[in-house]
Amino acid sequence: MELATLLPALAFYLFAGVAVISALMVVLARNPVRSVLFLIMTFFSAAALFVMLGAEFLALLLVVVYVGAVAVLFLFVVMMLDVDFVELKQGFAEYLPLGGLLAFVLAIELIVLGTTFRVPKDFVAQTPIDADVSNIEAFGRVLYTDYAFFFEAAGLVLLVAMIGAILLTLSVKKGVKRQNVSDQVARTPKDGLKRADVKPGEGI
Amino acid sequence: MEIGLAHYMAVAAIIFTIGIFGIFVNRKNVVIILMSVELILLSVNINFVAFSYYLNDLAGQVFALFILTVAAAEAAVGLAILVVYFRNRGDISVDHINLMKG
Repeated sequence: MELATLLPALAFYLFAGVAVISALMVVLARNPVRSVLFLIMTFFSAAALFVMLGAEFLALLLVVVYVGAVAVLFLFVVMMLDVDFVELKQGFAEYLPLGGLLAFVLAIELIVLGTTFRVPKDFVAQTPIDADVSNIEAFGRVLYTDYAFFFEAAGLVLLVAMIGAILLTLSVKKGVKRQNVSDQVARTPKDGLKRADVKPGEGI
Repeated sequence: MEIGLAHYMAVAAIIFTIGIFGIFVNRKNVVIILMSVELILLSVNINFVAFSYYLNDLAGQVFALFILTVAAAEAAVGLAILVVYFRNRGDISVDHINLMKG
């Protein structure tokens, strides 16, 4: 077999295998911290698959957004919660047979669907990929023109999520003395200074 | 041994199924359920990018970007809800999340 076709196939099977095995470990790991680490590994392998498909920008985005932000967020939450995770694993064996059977049937159905799927003959790409420009440039050309409104909507989604997350976790405790900057700035020598007439031999 | 669209669809199908399986099996741990949802969204992204490559259409990649955005927002809000729930109840077992009696 020619090396030129063998190498991409080998790379695909390596990345796909690592992605599938680490995805399985996310679900099966006893310790949630390990689950998060396997999740990171899955995303890395998926990013490698994206590179093989010529989507370099999305691959790097996956690494930056998922490995850098979402997975670390998961890690923080898992480490912050003081929960007995072994206890949470109970009921695992109870649901394993039915869950495994359903998952197996679903996987078979999806794979059969995927292998029998044929692209319609009259399919025309609406935004064809130009081989002359780099992936990120082509991406930008499409994203900021055809999909500009969707891009802004995505920004709005992130804004709402940010406000929601802050609002949910914000806790105002009573009886805590906080710095009030506007009070401090509005303070004048007039109300900050008090003159008292102290008689000799007496205090205030 | 040409790698085609079907190969990528098979990988995405398997990861999707693992995500479903994770939701079935980990009935008590909300953190694992959230991670399973992330796996499902990742498999959808793999499908979109694979179709984008084999149909030579950039729209799939743009759609994958939007899915990435929504997934990140979902993770942030989900984990925030989880933290608040833990603060109020002291545990994160799904069995006890029926306070609202929906």
